[in-house]
Amino acid sequence: MILDVDNLKIQYRTRAGAVHAVDGASFVVPEGRIVGLVGESGCGKTTAVRAIMGVLAENGYRAGGRLVFKGQEIDEAATRKLRWRDIAYVPQSAMSSLDPVYTVGAQIVEVLTKRGGSTRAAAARRAAELFELVGLSERRLADYPHQFSGGMRQRAAIAMALALEPSLLLADEPVTALDVIVQRQILDTLRALQQRLGLSIVLVTHDISVVAYLCDEVVVMYAGQVVESGPVREVLARPRHPYTMGLRNAFPDLMSDAMALVPIHGSPPDLAAPPPGCRFAPRCPFAEAACRTEFALPSGKDHFSACRRDAEADQLRTAALDPVTWQRSLSYAAS
Amino acid sequence: MAALVELRSVVKHFPVSRSLGEITRGQHPVVRALEGVSFDIGAGDAIAIVGESGCGKTTLGRLMLKLVEPTGGSIAFAGSALGGLAGQALRDFRRQAQLVFQNPFDALNPRFTIYRAVAEPLLNAGIDKAEHMDRVASAFRRVHLPDLDRYLDKYPHQLSGGQLQRVVLARALVLAPRFLVADEPVSMLDVSVRAGILALMREVRDDMGLSAVYISHDLALVKYLCERTLVMYLGRIVEDGPTGEIVRRPRHPYTQALVAAVPVPDADQSRSPLPIKGNVPDARDPPSGCAFRDRCPHAFARCAEETPSLRPLADGHRVACHLDFVPH
Repeated sequence: MILDVDNLKIQYRTRAGAVHAVDGASFVVPEGRIVGLVGESGCGKTTAVRAIMGVLAENGYRAGGRLVFKGQEIDEAATRKLRWRDIAYVPQSAMSSLDPVYTVGAQIVEVLTKRGGSTRAAAARRAAELFELVGLSERRLADYPHQFSGGMRQRAAIAMALALEPSLLLADEPVTALDVIVQRQILDTLRALQQRLGLSIVLVTHDISVVAYLCDEVVVMYAGQVVESGPVREVLARPRHPYTMGLRNAFPDLMSDAMALVPIHGSPPDLAAPPPGCRFAPRCPFAEAACRTEFALPSGKDHFSACRRDAEADQLRTAALDPVTWQRSLSYAAS
Repeated sequence: MAALVELRSVVKHFPVSRSLGEITRGQHPVVRALEGVSFDIGAGDAIAIVGESGCGKTTLGRLMLKLVEPTGGSIAFAGSALGGLAGQALRDFRRQAQLVFQNPFDALNPRFTIYRAVAEPLLNAGIDKAEHMDRVASAFRRVHLPDLDRYLDKYPHQLSGGQLQRVVLARALVLAPRFLVADEPVSMLDVSVRAGILALMREVRDDMGLSAVYISHDLALVKYLCERTLVMYLGRIVEDGPTGEIVRRPRHPYTQALVAAVPVPDADQSRSPLPIKGNVPDARDPPSGCAFRDRCPHAFARCAEETPSLRPLADGHRVACHLDFVPH
């Protein structure tokens, strides 16, 4: 494996006290695979990848756990040295990674000369290569970011991230703001790059259909913790954690015959004061009294789930398909 | 029954800033946002308008609410042309046709309490203040926020995204409109919350007998909302039909590409390659004839010469394509 995230804890200092944005998350990124890190706003997925990249917001800090990259434990100082060269990051909005006052080519050349130590001539050649790699015309190197469409900007941001030949690419919602056809083109580009360069990729997204399309493995996060992880096929076909089951029901599916989506009532907990026990329990239709006090660690082989009732996963999955099941959590969620 | 909203050959061009060359040549370049759009919305109908950024779907929504004026063609609401509305008739129209905003986090003034935000349309419509509280309460019941006291004195930042979107919907319903335009009503919400809002919008529409237009880039979502879907490409309707037909048997090559591109939450899906290449052309300078022909795998000579008009196939299904039989 290329990356091992072990019991990672990230907190943010706020006036209301420490916010436990990532609270004991563990997952691995196997070499040459695409791992989808999926969850809703505030689940900690972006914080987790920013910590791996060493670019946390100023009030964020590592409060525990280990990050092991290619067999070496990396602390905050070490992540900074790996940035760009070994681990590269494509941020949520490509516009924010590109400076509006320089041409896109000049910005890629700068990464190559300043960080990579290339000569300007070699950097210019490499920039052209990178553009070709991500499916952009070399002529567009002379353009400014505003002259690019959303899809082209995303390609340029990917080209820039690949400049110093990293082995691990972290992409945060790289296709979220794009139209479906452009989205598909970018996803296909990521897959082609992964195969051609032997990259490992962590794709952060809220969209389980993007995970289904592109990823090999999936890590499902809820309220700062990993609730389920495993091969995509396995997790989507046979989810074992009730949150994953609920997410699957709530997600629109163009090809399904279902005429209604099933919501998960309530909202995620406040991470400044997370509830004891399972964090999903207040919204879970299968929660028992003990779920509100006892905490389940992820269990399983290859396919992990952090649910006290994991032994009953098959029955729960069948019950979860019935929309009426999810009405049951309504009374808790309202309280 | 006569349609509630009728659009006939609606055209909207937006002027763009001119280059020095264009000024000296006396040219007036425009963005061709809409190029002749005609359709009817019946009472109680729910219609989805889908397409990619820049296809004109948002402009179309704004035109139907008389927030912008068309460059050509006409729009009528309940039999009266929007262009001629003034005075009391215009105020009546404004009351009957409402917009549901895209981003609930931006749609409400952060310095207004929830009560003031929802009561504001009543104030603007000149409704007696004594009636406000009752009307606000009834709108809140409609959107399933029955516990009024918990919300009315709060400010938008104190509510979750799902609650805010319910408030935005309550604000649109407080004047008991007949027609609703919702522009990407759930695109900013989390998946688990979104499903609840969609179900609510359906319920409200059925209960109040509203006609509604949902504008969305997400074909996977609209099937949960609308029986009928219009697909737009570069300012024109390319296909119009029952949503189920559009999804299962898309006829226009563009709709076929759109359907093929939508990912589904199933890892065993077949990954058929995209049938089209390239990007949407510049709306200042669209191709002659069919605007999609540059990207169409089936284009032939006639496509460059003649713009295909929407022709009926069967059962209210219309397609704008020169092909007799569009292959799948």
